[in-house]
Amino acid sequence: MSRLERGSSAAPSDRFSTGSAQIDAALQGGLNRGALHEIFAAQTADEPSAAGFGVMLAIRASAKRPVVWVRQDFVGVEMGEIYAPGIAELGLSPDRLILVRARDGPAVLRAGEEAARCPPLGAVIIEPWGAPKALDLVASRRLALSAARSNVPLFMVRAGAQPEPSAALTRWRIRTALSTPLEADAPGHPAFNVELLRDRAGAAGRNWIVEWDRDSRVFKDRIGDRIGDRISEAIPSLSGGVVPVPAGGPPDPGARRAV
Amino acid sequence: MAICPEAKRAGLAVGMTLADSRARIPDLWVEEMDARGDATLLDRIAEDCDRFSPVVMIDAPDGLLLDITGCDHIFGGEANLRRTFSTRMKRAGLHVRTVIASAADTGRALARFGRIAIVPPGEEAKAVRSLPIAALGLAEADRLAISRAGLKTIGALADRPSMTFAARFGEKMTLRLRRIQGLAHPPLEARREIPMLWVERRFPEPIGRVEDVESVLFELGQEACTQLGERREGGRVFEASLFRADGAVRRLVIETGRPMRDAATLLRLFRERLDALADPIDPGFGFDLIRLAIPHADPLDALQPGLDGHAVEVDEVADLTDRLSVRFSAERVLRFLPANSHDPDRAVQAVPASFNPLTSDVWPMPEREEAPLRPLHMFNPPQPIRITMAEVPDGPPRIFFWRRKEYVVVRAEGPDRIAPEWWLQPGAASRDYYRIEDASGRRFWLFRAGAYSRETPEPPWFMQGVFA
Repeated sequence: MSRLERGSSAAPSDRFSTGSAQIDAALQGGLNRGALHEIFAAQTADEPSAAGFGVMLAIRASAKRPVVWVRQDFVGVEMGEIYAPGIAELGLSPDRLILVRARDGPAVLRAGEEAARCPPLGAVIIEPWGAPKALDLVASRRLALSAARSNVPLFMVRAGAQPEPSAALTRWRIRTALSTPLEADAPGHPAFNVELLRDRAGAAGRNWIVEWDRDSRVFKDRIGDRIGDRISEAIPSLSGGVVPVPAGGPPDPGARRAV
Repeated sequence: MAICPEAKRAGLAVGMTLADSRARIPDLWVEEMDARGDATLLDRIAEDCDRFSPVVMIDAPDGLLLDITGCDHIFGGEANLRRTFSTRMKRAGLHVRTVIASAADTGRALARFGRIAIVPPGEEAKAVRSLPIAALGLAEADRLAISRAGLKTIGALADRPSMTFAARFGEKMTLRLRRIQGLAHPPLEARREIPMLWVERRFPEPIGRVEDVESVLFELGQEACTQLGERREGGRVFEASLFRADGAVRRLVIETGRPMRDAATLLRLFRERLDALADPIDPGFGFDLIRLAIPHADPLDALQPGLDGHAVEVDEVADLTDRLSVRFSAERVLRFLPANSHDPDRAVQAVPASFNPLTSDVWPMPEREEAPLRPLHMFNPPQPIRITMAEVPDGPPRIFFWRRKEYVVVRAEGPDRIAPEWWLQPGAASRDYYRIEDASGRRFWLFRAGAYSRETPEPPWFMQGVFA
């Protein structure tokens, strides 16, 4: 199996860009398409942002292709049910979304693997709850392998779980960030503090603040942003080996409003 | 009431009082009649009789009708079929009387009142001549009236002009008479839907291994799909019936989103179904008959060789949703359709994906440059929150508690008033929705149920959803 895995990662050209220049640079061009990517929430209250980040990566990866989202029932009980108009608001038309409601962890894995073997799909999101016993290293390898063979990216949103060894190519931790306000101090576009915890192909332990631009379906860097600075102060320091947000170029106040 | 053959020999008859019977046979064994148990047993026998013909009707309370048209040759003729049937029932410990006739009513009357086993075609009227009037199944008063007129047999009745009886006992009686003579054929109501197409395999040696069952299903699938191809149809429902040698029948039903006639895909779906069974198939002493029936099919044109890539991909995704639906049930593999309602709870409809192919332009795209106005996650029902501080009485909250945590609001937009659909929920309060963001950037969709007024000085607040 390890041989197969090595063989499968030999197509570095097939990547999709996140839209964020900084993240893409750190990933050497973008995220690997035929791979398993894990997404964690920094705290429980950040789970919706972690799921949202998964949806956004799926939008980036899938172009106009169908997306399958496998979700364990209990995630819906805890976090709220998926709301199709809200998905449309992020830029993924529910026209091309298939939701699989799985009773338990093994069902999530089973359905996720089945979906990940279907090449015409644009992306698969799977959302088990916590750390199901069935989700061991072998299971995550199977998922990674299915994704590699079909070249369908698999995003595993880990609600209520802590990082542990897995076959994921990249691992992310998402923390909600304060949005750039719209007119009359209205809440703005989704903004996240995105931390790359692990990247099998390169350097990890970096974080960025990005905003999701739904209209062009890209992540946009928020650099040297006044509000961004305030966030880094407001949130407790992230654990271990985090490189501070690099200041890249002069702040451009116009760019912020254009988001 | 029923009596066993021994009791009959001892001189008892159906209709005697229990006291009378006890007087004749002191150690008579009496059991309370169990109508429901009888019905259940009859149903189980009917299920097993499916092996002789897919068209089985229950003739309550104690009979079964099988349409064996076209089935007898499999068993080597009617006489052999009847023998096989009787042996099978006897082995199961049942006393049965079996009659083969061209008309259902002739058969059922002869089975209960006659001695003939097989009625040659066209001789129904002759066969029932000697039967008593009771074989007509009339009301007791009518039966008595006919007997008092001196008419004891069906034959005697049939010899008189039917007009006279119609005037006295109604059309129903003459119709019954015609039916029993095989002159009128009432429509039969099969216990199970009669499939439009079926194929089956019988095994002299019962098979029990799952691999064998699967390979038989595949072969049957190929046969059925060829037949479907000739009809330019594709199956929408496939039903495999596994008949155990000991009489139990296990059925596996598969529904597909589109008409389908690909044996390999069909086998994959059956594998999913077999795999997902909570109680695995128990072959017992093995299956001696496996049948694949297609109760429902739709037109499906021949596959074009030059099918374009997109169509192939659409098909592959549909295959995936079919497989997932078979495994996890259709209610768990969903897609979303917009519903015409401004009530957020009713604005979307979740429908089985397998029966609702993906669309391309049903959902409107949100307005440009707006931030998301609807949340990614929704709570249904909404969860109550406690407001600890508000700037103005009817404005958004400043600080609130939800799930034992405090949130300090730094941005807010609203209210967005959504009136209840009064025709659905009379008396419901209108909701004032706010999009708010707390100091750490968590974005929520809150609402206040009802406006501030003298009646409701403190309208309750709720958490409706969470934005990404």
